Amino acid sequence: MMKKIRILIAKPGLDGHDRGAKYVARALKDAGYEVIYTGIRQTPDAIVKTAIQEDVDFIGLSLLSGAHNELFPKVVELLKSKNADDIIVFGGGVIPESDIPGLKENGIRAVFTPGTPIKDIIAYIESAK
Amino acid sequence: MQNLARQVLKQDIRAIARSISLIENETDITQKEALIDTLHPHCGNAIVWGITGPPGAGKSCLLDRFIEHLRQDNKTVAVIAVDPSSPFSGGALLGDRLRMQKHATDDGVFIRSMASRGHLGGVAGATADAIKIFDAAGFDYVIIETIGVGQTEIEVMELSDIVLLVLVPGLGDEIQALKAGVMEIGDIFIINKKDLDGADRLKSEVEYVLSLKDSIESDSKHPICMTSATQNDGIGNALSQINSYFAGLRDDGRLAQKRKERIEKELKHIATTKIMASANRFLNIDQRLNGWVEEVFQKKVSPYKLLNKKIGDFLQEINWQ
Repeated sequence: MMKKIRILIAKPGLDGHDRGAKYVARALKDAGYEVIYTGIRQTPDAIVKTAIQEDVDFIGLSLLSGAHNELFPKVVELLKSKNADDIIVFGGGVIPESDIPGLKENGIRAVFTPGTPIKDIIAYIESAK
Repeated sequence: MQNLARQVLKQDIRAIARSISLIENETDITQKEALIDTLHPHCGNAIVWGITGPPGAGKSCLLDRFIEHLRQDNKTVAVIAVDPSSPFSGGALLGDRLRMQKHATDDGVFIRSMASRGHLGGVAGATADAIKIFDAAGFDYVIIETIGVGQTEIEVMELSDIVLLVLVPGLGDEIQALKAGVMEIGDIFIINKKDLDGADRLKSEVEYVLSLKDSIESDSKHPICMTSATQNDGIGNALSQINSYFAGLRDDGRLAQKRKERIEKELKHIATTKIMASANRFLNIDQRLNGWVEEVFQKKVSPYKLLNKKIGDFLQEINWQ
């Protein structure tokens, strides 16, 4: 048996638009990954605790409300505080290009904006795993 | 390994999570076996529930409510929620914990999603050992939620002290309830979505089936509970029925008997797997399979004849009497 890559797809914050997150979750399942989906309105604390219990390799955060600059780095920070910063965090959603460098500086390893083909996300996971 | 086991015993969340991955991935069998062997003396204190039923019966929602009640009693709870792996991609979408996510920040609750990874029977191959890890780590309750089952996925019976079978109205007539399989493995029958049409009729059908069963068996009666998980109705009653049923099992020795049967099945399983593995290695089945397929296809030899000879050669070689 081989090690399976496990990925948590989570939506922090208050927006309820989960179509994108569900699409990515489904597509990653079809690509052969084990995907844990926790639904909308998760706190960074809940996301990090879930990621640790589920022993995931990646966390994919989806956010469409504009709070990404606040909430994405918070997840990375909490992972660090729990010595779990080997878990790779990537993000997606309606995120202005100008915010991406700042997010990357704060430990978000990749950002996928609307229109990204799913194969780009898979290629990223394969290169980073 | 000793180190990982020590951390599990100290309830280190990361160590517990990693131990379960170690078991699931089977990348290092020796390490896995050493871990389970080290934890074994610390097992046997947790109460193990299996919760099973057809897809959409409300297993996760019910479980969410049960966790709520158990936490009010200060009991710690570990959940193993099994969902199917895709037979095509090998991937899985594990969504059971979505319904229980309000417990995500509660340190007394540990939820682990587990993909079946091709294992049939309603649970995963790693479920049995994962139960031991939670048990050794000191959780009061370990609850296995199976994949949504049909009629024959009954392995959960072999892993749990008590099986809660969740049923919902509208899935078929009383003949379904009379059939062999999943209807026979429930200790407690929970009719969820009791506000729906047909719930009372389902209850009388289940009562009828159980009256036949209970008149044959001498042990205690199987409780039937009516719940509505989404409306938080009937949960407390169900929980007290489960608890008194469990107390009955424990007090008259049936629990110990059940657990011994579980060990017996486990030992048989380990023995068979290990013997198969060494026989496979010796007979080189994987490598020779193509040749054998060709011989059988061309009717040069029949399947039993071929394998009886190969296995005979093998037993002779190891001097098996």
